[in-house]
Amino acid sequence: MSNPQQLRYSKEHEWLSDAEDGVATVGITEHAANALGDVVFVQLPEAGDTVSAGETCGELESTKSVSDLYSPVTGEVTEVNEDVVNDPSLVNSAPFEGGWLFKVRVAEMPDDLLSADEYTAFSAG
Amino acid sequence: MSSSPLRRTALDALHRSLGATMTDFAGWDMPLRYGSERDEHVAVRTKAGLFDLSHMGEITVTGSEADRLLDYALVGNIGSVGVGRARYTMICREDGGILDDLIVYRLGEREYMVVANASNAQVVLDALVERSSGFDAEVRDDRDAYALIAVQGPESPGILKSLTDADLDGLKYYAGLPGTVAGVPALIARTGYTGEDGFELFVAPSDAEKLWQALTEAGTPVGLAPCGLSCRDTLRLEAGMPLYGHELGTSLTPFDAGLGRVVKFEKEGDFVGRTALREAAARAQENPPRVLVGLVAEGRRVPRAGYSVVAGGEVIGEVTSGAPSPTLGRPIAMAYVDAAHSAPGTPGVGVDIRGSHEPYEVVALPFYKRQK
Repeated sequence: MSNPQQLRYSKEHEWLSDAEDGVATVGITEHAANALGDVVFVQLPEAGDTVSAGETCGELESTKSVSDLYSPVTGEVTEVNEDVVNDPSLVNSAPFEGGWLFKVRVAEMPDDLLSADEYTAFSAG
Repeated sequence: MSSSPLRRTALDALHRSLGATMTDFAGWDMPLRYGSERDEHVAVRTKAGLFDLSHMGEITVTGSEADRLLDYALVGNIGSVGVGRARYTMICREDGGILDDLIVYRLGEREYMVVANASNAQVVLDALVERSSGFDAEVRDDRDAYALIAVQGPESPGILKSLTDADLDGLKYYAGLPGTVAGVPALIARTGYTGEDGFELFVAPSDAEKLWQALTEAGTPVGLAPCGLSCRDTLRLEAGMPLYGHELGTSLTPFDAGLGRVVKFEKEGDFVGRTALREAAARAQENPPRVLVGLVAEGRRVPRAGYSVVAGGEVIGEVTSGAPSPTLGRPIAMAYVDAAHSAPGTPGVGVDIRGSHEPYEVVALPFYKRQK
């Protein structure tokens, strides 16, 4: 699998896009989606919620397990992906595209996010 | 978990070449899934699935009193099983607690194969050896003598027919016969753990890869997919089949698990657990502590083993297995609940899912029954 170069990555296996007009998109990586198996339920923060980098903001349920969802960034949620709420399998089929989870108006960008190459090495280890 | 290295089946390299996600299951490194476990589940329900089950524990019992030994050591009437037939049964402790659930195949007048769960195979072996004292019977550890490949699903008879001359039409459910499949000597059994028609093929480990490849070639055109233990679990859960360590354990008798029918008091001679099981049978009839039921979610959050079942703010039971059901399209669970809340349709029952009480419907098991 290949991790898109234009994204940045957390060690909790979330990805974060560059901010456009101050708003960045968050999802989980293909590596994480594969490790979870078929995702059957997502619980996301709501628009207007404040999320904090490194803290839990939702849940992802797969056939075998439930996992916390961590926000890779601090800020206010502006939009959640209703498509993925209705069809959680998008997380597996298109984790970097149609399976995005929510958008955040960035208040504070953490300085420990990984580049694509760094994350590829991290997730392989 | 112990730190000893995981055991690998004869098909290990093949699983890896197929890109399987592997998991530690009872000390074995087993395929969890090859791709999507949901797709694998659906393949078994609608077409066919191919499983490596070589972790299962085979124990051979032979001798002129093999039948008498098994009647004494197990709760079923094993002496009444005809040659070429199989029986689902259990082995219990003196106090009635379940040591394991088993399938016993009668291979000959004086030869049986007992198939135990991987996690319990040593316990079962030790108990059979101990209980064999005084009987003219030999208990042999054959765990390394067999690989076990299952082909399950509605297309499985057609797939197997193309690879064997054995009389599959004459092979009933819970029967087994020796034969040749794809040129490989095999014990062909019509058994499974999926709720579908299907076969389990016991072969020499050195023949396993050849058989797997032949089944793959014959089955792929009709939709056969390699399947991991993840979908095996959701398949058996939908079919309402118990899993040791979840619905069954040493703190439960077969009667507590709703499976008292496997205990045959009418058989000849004594058997281990008889006295305690008599009492358990009476208790289950008059004053059952808890009853195994099915639960179907109204929402989408998935119950997991160990979660509390609640009603009116009180804990009334515990989930033993839970998963999203691909067939029902909703989360399902098996749970032990207080008898007062066990009737199908009992209102106000929920599952405590990490602090939130989610509504669930109590239903009769199984969740899924195949159309014959």
